[in-house]
Amino acid sequence: MTDVRQNAFDTAPEENPKALSSGSLWYEAWLRFRRNRLAMLGLFMILALVGIAVFAPQLAPFDPYKQLIWTEGSKAKLAAPSWAHLMGTDAYGRDIMSRVFYGARLSLQIGFLATVVSLLIGVPLGAIAGYYGGWIDDLISWLINVIFAFPFMLFVLAIVAVLNNPSMIAVFTAIGLVSWVSIARVARAQFLSLREREYVESARALGLPTRTILFKHILPNTLAPIIVQATLGIGSIILMEAGLAFLGFGAQPPEPSWGLMISDGQQYLTTGQWWWAFFPGMAIMITVLAFNFLGDGLRDALDVRLKR
Amino acid sequence: MFAYIVRKILYTIPVLWGVVTVVFFVINIVPGDPVAIMTGQRGDEETLAKIRADMGLDLPLGQQYVRFLGQLCRGDLGTSYRNNEPVSSAIWTRLGATARLAAGALFLGTVLGIAAGVLSAVKRYSVFDYGAMFVAIAGVSAPVFWVGLLLLLFFAYTLGWVPGVGYGDGSFKYLILPMITLGIRPAALTARLSRSCMLEVLSQDYVRTARAKGLKRTAVVMKHALKNAMIPVVTVIGTQISSLLSGAVLTESIFAWPGIGRLSVDSLLARDLPMIRGVVVFMAVTFLVVNLLVDISYAFLDPRIRYD
Repeated sequence: MTDVRQNAFDTAPEENPKALSSGSLWYEAWLRFRRNRLAMLGLFMILALVGIAVFAPQLAPFDPYKQLIWTEGSKAKLAAPSWAHLMGTDAYGRDIMSRVFYGARLSLQIGFLATVVSLLIGVPLGAIAGYYGGWIDDLISWLINVIFAFPFMLFVLAIVAVLNNPSMIAVFTAIGLVSWVSIARVARAQFLSLREREYVESARALGLPTRTILFKHILPNTLAPIIVQATLGIGSIILMEAGLAFLGFGAQPPEPSWGLMISDGQQYLTTGQWWWAFFPGMAIMITVLAFNFLGDGLRDALDVRLKR
Repeated sequence: MFAYIVRKILYTIPVLWGVVTVVFFVINIVPGDPVAIMTGQRGDEETLAKIRADMGLDLPLGQQYVRFLGQLCRGDLGTSYRNNEPVSSAIWTRLGATARLAAGALFLGTVLGIAAGVLSAVKRYSVFDYGAMFVAIAGVSAPVFWVGLLLLLFFAYTLGWVPGVGYGDGSFKYLILPMITLGIRPAALTARLSRSCMLEVLSQDYVRTARAKGLKRTAVVMKHALKNAMIPVVTVIGTQISSLLSGAVLTESIFAWPGIGRLSVDSLLARDLPMIRGVVVFMAVTFLVVNLLVDISYAFLDPRIRYD
């Protein structure tokens, strides 16, 4: 149908075909990936963000929980961005840049953990549906369609609300329980198209157990689209977590969460203290942008056609 | 055609039943007593028992489920715990506001997205193309609530061009900012998709033939290519309903827009389980019905679909 590979950031395919003549599939993909400037930018942005998250205690100029009004006096309350506080301070006199740095931990953790949950559910279910077909496929496809019918945000909100326990575990479990469906769709389509291949048939003829065929023989050949889908999914998960926190259903104060900071800072937009809500939002946008660049780049490099 | 429509409708019924069932079990099989969750720490044992009996929560789960299905078939979504308002009438009174918002956002997103996408494709690799596609990828990466707050800050509080939050007297000027906020994501997705579809169509033989026989470029794009490129774009409008409804939850809370999204957040915060249940069911059913209509209209647009 549509060739989604053709986006604004595609590389010219005819460049230097010699470099691609040797090496494995993954090596060739890496060579293609490396030539895509936006994809590389995305990769470096993500590495930088992971670095900020891991080394937040070393990089943050202040303790993210420390209310500086007690040490620096009232001038530390809602201070505009300056050399001392590059992103200003909030109404409690906390340094916003330090909180933004620590916030990267929470967002990336949720992004990765919820993706792991959705892969753990989505890949096996998609694999079983695609490989076996028949009634089991009907059943799993039905479940996927049912989950797809819900507005994701609202469904996740409802799960978190009824769990009545706004912990990080509840948040990433709820998100994972919903977002596995897009992974499962991709996995199902892949297994469905590969199950008739000769190498799979020969593996069956040799009497290999189905589990081995599914996960050792077919799965490696389905990884590319699954990786692309998962990477693009991380961005949406981070956005969803931010939305949950913004509405008060995710991270709870005084935790340094980007969504929560925007929520706390929004009332000060009208009185001129724009920085409290502005910088955490920038952080979210940059993070999600990085994962989208990376996902688009991987899709082009791995030559994946995804139906969106 | 008739058979196709009937098949689509029959296919939707099990999904509809699944949606209702999933909602019921998510709300009812949760750790903890729903009545205790709703009332918080307040309420003596006698009151709790009375509420349980009123809501039928003292019945076995199977009976509760049958009762719930029966009520749904009569169009009864239950009664709000918070203010004893029937859930269906609460949804009904807020439906207009959300429909206006979603329709405005979808219209804006589709028009803007198609225009930007087609222009990008026609002027591939131009400054406009790169600019528009960068804005599009930034548009899907930015948190919708943050964008809404920034729009409020600039256009309402700083420039004073439009009123701030609220529905006001219902006039158009109150709709502008919420509509733009919610419209950004569909606009960005539509732009990316239109661009890639247009590029694909432009590379086809019949387009080259049209050009070769001396037709002007604009005539080829507008008369020959556009119609075919738009088929996939029309279909995703249906799938965007889901993300629109999710986005409406956040957009309506920022703009104090009296719609269903805001109703859902309010009832989630109040742990008003019957209301949450009703709103989630309503939104999922809306999604299914809209997609059914899109599928049917798709078959009208592209006769090949009917013979699948």
